[in-house]
Amino acid sequence: MNMNERSVTSKELLKKLTALHYEGAAKAKAEGRPVVWATSISPQELLETMDLATVYPENHAAAIGARKEALVFIDEAERDGYSQDICSYARVNIGYAGVGKSEAQDIPLPDLLFCCGNICGTVIKWYENLAKELRVPMIFIDMPFNHSFHVPAHSRAYMRGQIEDAIEQLEAFTKRRFDRDKFSEVMRLSNATCEWWKKATDLAKAKPSPLNGFDMFNYMAIIVCMRGSKEGYELFKLWHDELAAKAAAGMGPWSSAEEKYRVMWDGIACWPHLSTTFNALKKHGINMVTSSYPESWNLRYETNDLEGMAAAYSSIYANRNLDYDIGYMKKLVDEFRLDGIVYHSNRSCKLMDFRQYEVQRRVGELTGVPSVIFDGDQTDPRSFSEAQYETRIQALAEMMERGKGGMGL
Amino acid sequence: MFAGIDIGSSSSKAAIIGDDGRLLSVSVHNQGAGTDGHRQALERALALAGAERSDIRFLVATGYGRMRYEGADRQLTEISCHAKGVAWLTSGARTIIDVGGQDSKAIKLDAAGNVANFAMNEKCAAGTGRFLEVMARVLDCRVDELSEIAAASVKEVPISSVCAVFAESEVISRLSSGERPEDVARGAHVSIARRIAGLAGRIGCQPEIVMTGGVALNGDAVACLSKELGHEVLVAPHAQAIGAVGAAAFAWEMARAAK
Ligand code: SF4
Repeated sequence: MNMNERSVTSKELLKKLTALHYEGAAKAKAEGRPVVWATSISPQELLETMDLATVYPENHAAAIGARKEALVFIDEAERDGYSQDICSYARVNIGYAGVGKSEAQDIPLPDLLFCCGNICGTVIKWYENLAKELRVPMIFIDMPFNHSFHVPAHSRAYMRGQIEDAIEQLEAFTKRRFDRDKFSEVMRLSNATCEWWKKATDLAKAKPSPLNGFDMFNYMAIIVCMRGSKEGYELFKLWHDELAAKAAAGMGPWSSAEEKYRVMWDGIACWPHLSTTFNALKKHGINMVTSSYPESWNLRYETNDLEGMAAAYSSIYANRNLDYDIGYMKKLVDEFRLDGIVYHSNRSCKLMDFRQYEVQRRVGELTGVPSVIFDGDQTDPRSFSEAQYETRIQALAEMMERGKGGMGL
Repeated sequence: MFAGIDIGSSSSKAAIIGDDGRLLSVSVHNQGAGTDGHRQALERALALAGAERSDIRFLVATGYGRMRYEGADRQLTEISCHAKGVAWLTSGARTIIDVGGQDSKAIKLDAAGNVANFAMNEKCAAGTGRFLEVMARVLDCRVDELSEIAAASVKEVPISSVCAVFAESEVISRLSSGERPEDVARGAHVSIARRIAGLAGRIGCQPEIVMTGGVALNGDAVACLSKELGHEVLVAPHAQAIGAVGAAAFAWEMARAAK
């Protein structure tokens, strides 16, 4: 095919959609329409149905982190009296709300906050704080932690009530009626997008994997921000087709090196040290093929089933009990034929750290797969040591090499 | 002959193994990464073995400075090399506690002596040799005198800060309020032992427990650790240089495997 004639690649589309997403929010603000700030795994179906321009502070903070600009906002938040022990996404965002502009990406300040408690408890205090500081209303959807293996029936009913109530609050806020037909359409589309996201990331099961997991980190922006839109759907379908073609051709993750080992990454990326963390793995031929992310946005339910929708949002890894998480990790080890696991002990995320050692111990016992834990932070660049990271990754490589009969033995 | 060199943060170690797999020499030089301590350590080990650089057929480098050392046939982590060194010189070890200048680790070994899992200190000096260096400075003694001083302790002065910088001011205020240096030294050992026991717990500490690294030479610290773990902690032969011994052992094995 002539390069000039070729159709757009998913990477180009990803870039275009990301720009479109932020432009849309800026335009809404300029035209006097309200802008919403929402948590990353919240039922955006409600907002999409209401045609509300929405941005996602966690994604925005990640983009700022990846552009190595986080300290500007972290310093601002800390000067304002926020402790270094608070999640760095919160610090970056609260700092941004004060500064109001960034080199990486500008976002308009919110007129409404939309917070779902399924990812952690921190977001509740963070959003309440924003609501008070910025004097804007907040809609909160409570999704209690699932201490039992499955989402209990009483929880499902309770969460459905939460969603119904959120719809009423949205109607009151916009002074418009919530269009149930449109809602059905958005639900259908969101499910379809999630399905392709899952199908695409599942292609990493091929050996070698056509997917380099660090690319998945990039595509995540759109599964968070645009999964209820036609464009989002098209992106993941396209990405899937590209990966499927690569897999069919037996192509691995990189053109410059071969995939020798396959690992999963537990936790959030280290955005400020993305290339360092990536290169140290690649140097040893280690490809990160999966993480808990593919399933986190595999939000699937029957269209118009509000309770099912609530259960799907409540069923994400972060909101499930230890037995579920361990079983899930074991499944990934088996299905993705993993050689090892890299655990990011993330200073920001108490929720993830809280159970990490125990998950490591039990998954190690169940699967026999070696693993390492390294200390870092998703956006605060100060909580990471390159030398320590490299030593841990190399030690993992040595354990995996020995597992394959290497190391001169 | 085969060489291993361990370039740590505060010292460099070298070891030479003969063609028959016997350990011929070890050396420790008190200068670490960023100095030419590694060259001096290697020269000394070579001299002790009656050998020259050209006699070395394969050299493995380990430690913090491993990647910047030119002239290594392969670089391996301290984790693998400590495990290999312990397996080379002892038998029956299932847990290694290594406390070096700027990190401490607990390594779990499988029945064959290979690394099954490990845990390392977080990105700070708590529970490492550096902590004891700070303590020695406040107590105005050398690090290798701490053990003897603490042996005369009659009670432990608890040091609650795990951070070396905070612990320093804590100790200064303890001393000025009349506590004895002996008891403070013991307190420092207990503090480091608790921290390490926490690491060891994470990997499921099983006997035999063997200690390596510079702090293993501090008898009082080792005794405190035994008490914390509720099990005797053995000190590895050539404890400080055992990473270099392991590196040399890998050199020996890898050269043979390559044949
Ligand atoms: S990183 Fe952790 S603490 Fe921060 S918002 Fe996400 S889930 Fe919550």
